[in-house]
Amino acid sequence: MTLKAHNLVKIYSNTGVPVHAVRGIDLEVDDGEFVAIMGPSGSGKSTLIHMLGGLDVRTSGEIWLDGKRVDSLTESAWAVLRRRKIGFVFQGFNLVANMTVADNVELPALLAGVSPREARERREFLLERLTLTDRATASPGRLSGGEQQRVALARALANQPSLLLADEPTGNLDSRNTRDVLRLLGEVHRDGQTIVMVTHDARVAALADRVISLLDGEIIDDGRIPRRRSATGTAGEVIDLR
Amino acid sequence: MRLHLLALLAKEPAHGYELKQALELTFGAAYPSPNIGQIYVTLARLEKDGLVRAVDVEQSNRPNKKVYYLTAKGRETLTAWVEEPTEGPRVRDEFYMKLILAPLTGIADRMVLIGRQRRHYLVLMRELNELCESTDPANRVALLLIEGAMLHLQADLDWLQRCQEELL
Repeated sequence: MTLKAHNLVKIYSNTGVPVHAVRGIDLEVDDGEFVAIMGPSGSGKSTLIHMLGGLDVRTSGEIWLDGKRVDSLTESAWAVLRRRKIGFVFQGFNLVANMTVADNVELPALLAGVSPREARERREFLLERLTLTDRATASPGRLSGGEQQRVALARALANQPSLLLADEPTGNLDSRNTRDVLRLLGEVHRDGQTIVMVTHDARVAALADRVISLLDGEIIDDGRIPRRRSATGTAGEVIDLR
Repeated sequence: MRLHLLALLAKEPAHGYELKQALELTFGAAYPSPNIGQIYVTLARLEKDGLVRAVDVEQSNRPNKKVYYLTAKGRETLTAWVEEPTEGPRVRDEFYMKLILAPLTGIADRMVLIGRQRRHYLVLMRELNELCESTDPANRVALLLIEGAMLHLQADLDWLQRCQEELL
């Protein structure tokens, strides 16, 4: 899926004093591209990604997905679009508390009209990849933060969305679990899904094709992460550089 | 490498090639594979300084091989190395010097420097990811070394962001 934002602005005014969270962002993401968004807290990263997924309404500006303008869609039209094409990983997970892990992951696929068997197979595959198989029948409240986070990722990927939007998807993971997540994201990327991800975790950002830096609601840097010629020549050199 | 070789010899006497193999086996791909010539040169220097001694061991139908063992002076040096506190990672960062000094001369823009440096760190991180992926999961020594490098890199990136917040 291609994504385009033009002069995107978000001003929060709920406390009386208007806060400019996002100040005129222009962004183009190619089909299959993986973009990491980095920046200090309060720089507008979360607001931006929420707007791109229709979870926060823009104050002004345009959002285009696959060549169609979507910023003026109704809430229900956004919901349909997300169900069919967009996976979203929330920073706070947003799992359904009174459903099992398995049901949480299958739900988006079932809502999108996939057969129960396919939904189950996809769920089994994702939980296995994220070493969560033995947690399938647990309720989210019984899981650790890292486990909930991985369930949230599995749920977002259940529909094989053409666009994955994620807000700090590894914030609660230890290094072993991060490795599982990295591997899965790498596969998803190779399969051609477009990914836009807010992260401060350099291990995850390093998978991206491109990194965007935000500061005070503006893009201050946007560039590709270059590939060097054979990085594996002598692996030890990577560490030796330190 | 001097002290690394002394440590290996404290375990048991060995010849140069065995030392090379021991280093590779312990650290896997996470340690730059030492060149055998470099090992022999280092051993010769250690011998000259009286930290190791070599004995010729006869081999049937092959030239004699030199087996090295640790001297008392070598053991003292090794103990001193183990007991002294180790310097932390670099504090005077070369990039920081560039970041502060170059803009004063008009040669560079701080924002451009930081952006470029961030991408460079991410290239290194990607290579560490790949190294991690290709390392035998059972080799915990190597994996911990890689993880340490990743954590340093993450700290460098966080610091870069602090510089960006404060200096721009």
